[in-house]
Amino acid sequence: MKIKEGGVSRTVFQIFNYCFLFLLMLVCLYPLYLQFITSISHGLEVMKGGITLIPRNLTLQTYTTLVRGELFMYMKNTVVYTVVGTLVNLMMSCLCAYPLARRTFSGRKFFTAMVTVTLFFSGGMIPMYLTVRSFGMMDTMWALILPGAISTYNMIIIRTAFQSIPESLIESAQLDGANDVIVLFRIVIPLSKATLATMLLFYSVTHWNSYFDAMLYLNKKELYPLQIMLRNMLIGGLFNEETAIAGVSADSFAVTDATLRSAAIIVTTLPILIVYPFVQRYFVKGVMIGSVKG
Amino acid sequence: MVQLATPKKQSLKRRFLRAFQRDKWLYLIMLLPFVYYVLFCYYPMYGVTLAFKQYKPKLGIIGSPWASNNGMKYVLQVVRDPYFWTVFRNTIILNIENLIITFPAPIILALMLNEVAHARYKRIVQTVTYLPHFLSTVVVVGMMNSMFNSSGIVNQIIASMGMEKINFLNDAQYFRPMYIGSNIWQSVGWDTIIFLSALSGLDMQLYEAAKIDGAGRWKQTLHVTIPGILPTIIIMLILAMGRIMNVSYQKILLMMTGTNQSVSDVISTYVYRRGITKADFSYATAVNLFQSLVSLLFVSVTNWISRRTSETSLW
Repeated sequence: MKIKEGGVSRTVFQIFNYCFLFLLMLVCLYPLYLQFITSISHGLEVMKGGITLIPRNLTLQTYTTLVRGELFMYMKNTVVYTVVGTLVNLMMSCLCAYPLARRTFSGRKFFTAMVTVTLFFSGGMIPMYLTVRSFGMMDTMWALILPGAISTYNMIIIRTAFQSIPESLIESAQLDGANDVIVLFRIVIPLSKATLATMLLFYSVTHWNSYFDAMLYLNKKELYPLQIMLRNMLIGGLFNEETAIAGVSADSFAVTDATLRSAAIIVTTLPILIVYPFVQRYFVKGVMIGSVKG
Repeated sequence: MVQLATPKKQSLKRRFLRAFQRDKWLYLIMLLPFVYYVLFCYYPMYGVTLAFKQYKPKLGIIGSPWASNNGMKYVLQVVRDPYFWTVFRNTIILNIENLIITFPAPIILALMLNEVAHARYKRIVQTVTYLPHFLSTVVVVGMMNSMFNSSGIVNQIIASMGMEKINFLNDAQYFRPMYIGSNIWQSVGWDTIIFLSALSGLDMQLYEAAKIDGAGRWKQTLHVTIPGILPTIIIMLILAMGRIMNVSYQKILLMMTGTNQSVSDVISTYVYRRGITKADFSYATAVNLFQSLVSLLFVSVTNWISRRTSETSLW
């Protein structure tokens, strides 16, 4: 709908605008690119500095060092937490959303109020911590999964999707003798696949990226997720602790703290970077549905 | 009176039972979510009373006795703790600065994107600028540390220009710019979504009318576009004000060093250290209570102001 108008000033603005947005894209991408080229450069070159655009003295030793360490253990933990956590999230959110979406449900008002209150009030860090502890969930993966089993925001988005399914469809199924459990799993969920796919993405990214819950509730190293590994590498020069097992002699300088950190950043982010271009529009869609409601 | 009330009560009970009977499957489905909300939302919410209790691990939150001074022991302790007021001040300053700088950024970016005539270029810019939103806090802080440390690329550039290297990560005066800057980097693209959708909903006829009146592109933006998305801006502002006290402490905890603690320590990080690290549960909960109160105050005041001035409000 943009109609050509305005004179020189308009053209100047357009050129500036396009250039600015181009620069912005560079600013968004460059930090990741820099980590990538650092991770495949020789440690000594990185130490000397000056690596800005092209990697120098290519080596994959950093990655092999990471792999020989306990990378796979951390990664396995993250994958397990993400998969189980997301499944629990989706299951619980659907269970909660369905009754709230049914206009005829006699408990609808009560439960809607109960859920809405949690959008505005929460116990805060300490009561939550003590709750998890008193349920005996410390040092189990349930501490990372159950306390956030339902994100009320996401659940409301799912409810909105469920509401858009015609009531007559549900009623006719019930006339055929289907109870609500069957209606939910055979009709409502299959018809809401697009929204649920979006929610699956939101929930799984949250699980993949979270570190704080693990820091609060897990004390055993063998339970740590990737993000905690990365955090520990950031906090201290964890070269020795993280890689001593791998038996790398630090004097070769091919692998340094800096290159190891970069490689860990890349490994941690890679799954998101791979999936992102394909699913980006679903994310955006999720925000839109949410905002229409809000 | 009693005689009158009894039959009514009975019928109410019966009506409820009938409704329960009719909706039994729905109640069954709701059972697990209900248990979840009670155990992980309402029970911790009740746990806020910890601020007024003498916590005994064996007795749990409910069983612990009230603290001395009519339960006010810890609240008074917090008020009298000079360090609490330092973190309180830090929280307010960091958040207000953060809000003032980060809030307009996505609006400006959305307006700029709106001027892009090539749909494909616009889409590419969007895709790329949304990306940082999906990176984890640990990754963002990790990249920031490696770029801004003494041997990082930023200091290499500074040194090559013959200037003195800057200790971005440890120097207290750079903490706020680093925190706010990385916030913008991470969220500016993603936060445009709401504003772009508001922009796409604007009535094209208004632009036509403005053009007939001789308004140029800039005037159209000023008098049509911005008033058009103002309700969205106000709602987003109120929501942002509501979140003003809960800073991303998860990021601050990663950025905090011994030397920048004087400005980087905020209420949540203080709660974390006192509560989790030192196990001062009641004290930490009391500190957190102040944060909740101030948040509530902020939302209410903003909501009140915006209702008075623009008829847009949350309630």
